[in-house]
Amino acid sequence: MITLRKNITDYLDQTGDISLFAFRFFQQAFKRPFEWKELIRQCYVIGYNSIFLVATTGFIMGLVLTLQVRPTMIEFGAVSFMPKMISISIIREIGPMVTALICAGKIGSSIGAELGSMRVTEQIDAMEVSGTNPFKYLVVTRIWATTLMLPLLVIVADAVGLVGSFLVENAKGDVSMTLYFNMAFETLVFGDLIPATVKSFFFGFVIGLVGCYKGYYSKKGTEGVGTAANSAVVLASLLLFVIDFLAVLVADIFYKI
Amino acid sequence: MITKEKNITPHSKATTNQEALVRLKGIKKSFGSNVVLKGFNLELFPNENVVILGKSGSGKSVLIKCLIRLIEIDEGEVTVLGNSIPDLGQEELDKIRTEVGFLFQGSALYDSMTVRENLQFPLRRHPDRLKDQDEASLILSTLESVGLADAIDLMPSELSGGMKRRVALARTLILQPKIILYDEPTSGLDPITSNEIIQLILKLQRDFNTTSIIITHDMDCARVISNRVIILFDGINYAEGTYEELSKSNDPIVKAFFKEVHNRIKS
Repeated sequence: MITLRKNITDYLDQTGDISLFAFRFFQQAFKRPFEWKELIRQCYVIGYNSIFLVATTGFIMGLVLTLQVRPTMIEFGAVSFMPKMISISIIREIGPMVTALICAGKIGSSIGAELGSMRVTEQIDAMEVSGTNPFKYLVVTRIWATTLMLPLLVIVADAVGLVGSFLVENAKGDVSMTLYFNMAFETLVFGDLIPATVKSFFFGFVIGLVGCYKGYYSKKGTEGVGTAANSAVVLASLLLFVIDFLAVLVADIFYKI
Repeated sequence: MITKEKNITPHSKATTNQEALVRLKGIKKSFGSNVVLKGFNLELFPNENVVILGKSGSGKSVLIKCLIRLIEIDEGEVTVLGNSIPDLGQEELDKIRTEVGFLFQGSALYDSMTVRENLQFPLRRHPDRLKDQDEASLILSTLESVGLADAIDLMPSELSGGMKRRVALARTLILQPKIILYDEPTSGLDPITSNEIIQLILKLQRDFNTTSIIITHDMDCARVISNRVIILFDGINYAEGTYEELSKSNDPIVKAFFKEVHNRIKS
């Protein structure tokens, strides 16, 4: 009972701390001076360096999804609907969600470990005593970078996923590329694209926020750095599902799903 | 020498009528139930090196971090260059911090940046410190003053411990601060490199006219560098005086610090 109470208290404390951290981000994110060079560098590190992983994952995701669903669609005599079904699944849900989970692991853990390591070796303190705002240089830039780059990575994953799906359809059903993509895009409407893109921004924000929070306030020692990296991934992944659920609820209000 | 029992005016304070650059009065700091500082007092006058000696874990690093508000004090007054540090807003605090250099125990170099970029980092955020100088030539001349001009494009991972300490010192000096705080400047270094760092600190004091607080338990460092020594014990400034005065003290706590030195001299 005492452990449960402590866990609940810790959870509420953490929720409050992260909220304050987010508030501090919004306070500083639009105030001069802007760290443009560091922001661009982070966009490169977070965005460009994740393309291969995201593209590979997206490709396999499209392949596997098509292979798994195809037999059932044949059974119902609905195999001609495959491109439409796959495109809606990938664009609306699987693309953003799988990409975000992959990025929570790769990017969230690297941000948590990097900032945790800087905290432990007093680099953040060194920035502070030189009259620099380490929060703006380290945290604001990273959260902006993850927020801006994740939607682009989702687009890459979606595109490559559809290519993977097409390869299966072409191999098994002898469907041409033109036919496949015409059918895939024919069914898509703004109600599929807009909510998926908007929630990608929130996914990116959460990944950056949680990774930065865990690293920036990591406790001293190498164990603290490891904990920061690990807990950044766990918490970000959990929050991604919560945001996804909320996004679907909100999208349902504005678009007929 | 000032001890808990006596009230003799220390040497340097008696010989100067200058305004103190730093004044710490009644500093108290606790971490939970662990009371680290119980009312520490300090005055730092221009052009002097004050060495603070203390056991490991006595609160020496906490003290100098309280001085620039890296750690918030629980009670007391901290005045740096006439400014009450706990009352300053963030912008004013950042401005005062540019006047106070801090050499961290672990050097704290930014490990994703080259040596050049480490020195550029504070300089580009405070371009007013350039005055009439060119950035590149200021960086090079500062590295030359610590004997590391050749290392300008190396990464911190490619530097030895002594080199890292010197680059950190250069980064501290680049903004030309009035006061420098040294947190165990010779920690983890071999005796030869330690002596090089000590001589470098003295040289920089002469060349740049700095005033310093040095935290250490390296008695050789204290002997060579100090104008005045303060012993931090039980959370207060337990004893104060010149190195020579304290080394002759009969107080058992003070004697314990100098015991090793005496043993070495005897042998």
